[in-house]
Amino acid sequence: MLSRLAAGNTLPIVIVVAAIVVAWYGFAVYLNMPWQLGVYERSGTTWTFADLVRDTLAQERPVLPSPHQVFAEMWRTTVEVAPTSRRSLLYHAWVTLSSTLLGFALGTLLGILLAVFIVHNRAMDKSVMPWVVASQTIPILAIAPMIIVVLNAVGLTGLLPKALISTYLSFFPVVVGMVKGLRSPEPIQLDLMRTYSASAAQTFWKLRWPSAMPYLFTSLKVAVAISLVGAIVGELPTGAVAGLGARLLAGSYYGQTVQIWSALFMAAALAAILVAVIGAGHRMVLKRMGMAQ
Amino acid sequence: MNAPASHIEPAVQTLAPVIEASGLGLTFATNDGPVNALSSVDLAIGKGEFVSFIGPSGCGKTTFLRVIADLEQPTEGTILVNGMSPRAARQARAYGYVFQAAGLFPWRTIERNVALPLEIMGYPRREVDERIARTLALVNLTGFEKKFPWQLSGGMQQRASIARALAFDADLLLMDEPFGALDEIVRDHLNEQLLELWARTQKTICFVTHSIPEAVYLSTKIVVMSPRPGRVTDVIHSTLPRERPLDIRESPEFLSIAARVREGLRSGHGYED
Repeated sequence: MLSRLAAGNTLPIVIVVAAIVVAWYGFAVYLNMPWQLGVYERSGTTWTFADLVRDTLAQERPVLPSPHQVFAEMWRTTVEVAPTSRRSLLYHAWVTLSSTLLGFALGTLLGILLAVFIVHNRAMDKSVMPWVVASQTIPILAIAPMIIVVLNAVGLTGLLPKALISTYLSFFPVVVGMVKGLRSPEPIQLDLMRTYSASAAQTFWKLRWPSAMPYLFTSLKVAVAISLVGAIVGELPTGAVAGLGARLLAGSYYGQTVQIWSALFMAAALAAILVAVIGAGHRMVLKRMGMAQ
Repeated sequence: MNAPASHIEPAVQTLAPVIEASGLGLTFATNDGPVNALSSVDLAIGKGEFVSFIGPSGCGKTTFLRVIADLEQPTEGTILVNGMSPRAARQARAYGYVFQAAGLFPWRTIERNVALPLEIMGYPRREVDERIARTLALVNLTGFEKKFPWQLSGGMQQRASIARALAFDADLLLMDEPFGALDEIVRDHLNEQLLELWARTQKTICFVTHSIPEAVYLSTKIVVMSPRPGRVTDVIHSTLPRERPLDIRESPEFLSIAARVREGLRSGHGYED
């Protein structure tokens, strides 16, 4: 039993997670200690080390909340509150998720379209690609408020402006991956299509598109994760109305570190789920294409 | 007619030429300056011939095949394929091309790979199924329809690529070292099968190879080429019968043709040094 655990992935993962949790508790005690010692001093309490550990892990506004505080908060705001309530973390997660998905879908579409044009047109290849790269050198934190403000000025509010920030981030890996993917057929395969006098559309659908599939899914995994980042960043300048970004901002206004950490964990869980869904899609498509081996 | 053409037997000349090249030349512009891949090639290939192109690397044999297929554009001279320009011939789907590597699409099963040209050329569905079955039988791959390329050996993949080139109605088969990457035993076997296929289908075959025995065993005509610039140095008409068991390769006649090919290759090299 033990040897089977050691042979698989389970044991190493368990050890790493346990090490992180232990280190986390250690840092929580250490970082929350100065404030706790101040409390003891003012009230003149005599304290033992056990008291210190217990109290530092149960502060209301700790510098670093302990893992069990974060998970208790997550439990309270997901299971014990109706998902439609503004106090529910699930409600905020859904707000962020919907803008992530819309932005991701638009970004993927834009990325694929640009890649198709770049691969089929020399002028596009020379002129568009530098702009695509340049677009990503601008810090998203700088450009996000401007996108929101400008779109608000032309009457676009709500989901779309936030989603467009996700689009801005997520189209990039899709363009880069798909340009590489659509160019991945071997010269022999392209020559073969030419010997059949295949049209450009036939060459695209029968050769370039299927060849690009593995590249597309790899790009999509990156794109969906940064779409989530974009959605969260997009929620910061909107006045913290709703969403995980709003939760993070509100938490930092009021020193609610437990709330911040639980929002962070929710964002991480969301990212993990999204990447896993893309991964499952990837495996399914490769299997249908007979390339899973 | 130029010297190489005079080697063609009168019997062959009376047939309509499938390929007619005169003064054909091709110069590639590269970073190191122009490379003369083909120079004043005059050649006529009659219907139903099996022509091998043999020579060292850089002699232009593959380039010549690619010119026939309209994959390269000649810079001098003229070439006609079925009496048309190579471009018109390609658009009329006049030839099937077999490359050095099988080049099967890994996401398609063997039967879908064979169906690829038929889909592109718009054959009706019923006919597609019938043609897949017929051409796979022709290359002895019946029973492997649903397999993916990676499930097959290299020799079988190359046979599937030949089936793909035979699936549509082209009377001309262009083969660029199709068996170059295969071991000797598989190669012998495929050579035998190819001759059988040629006899059955009556196609005209242009076959590029590095191997003297392969060229002599397969061909009715052997075109010996030499490099820098790529040119034809000898055209040998084989006197071997059309029916060729593998052990014909030990006959004195076979050996004398092979000796002439080797001599041609050697003199080509001597010219260079």
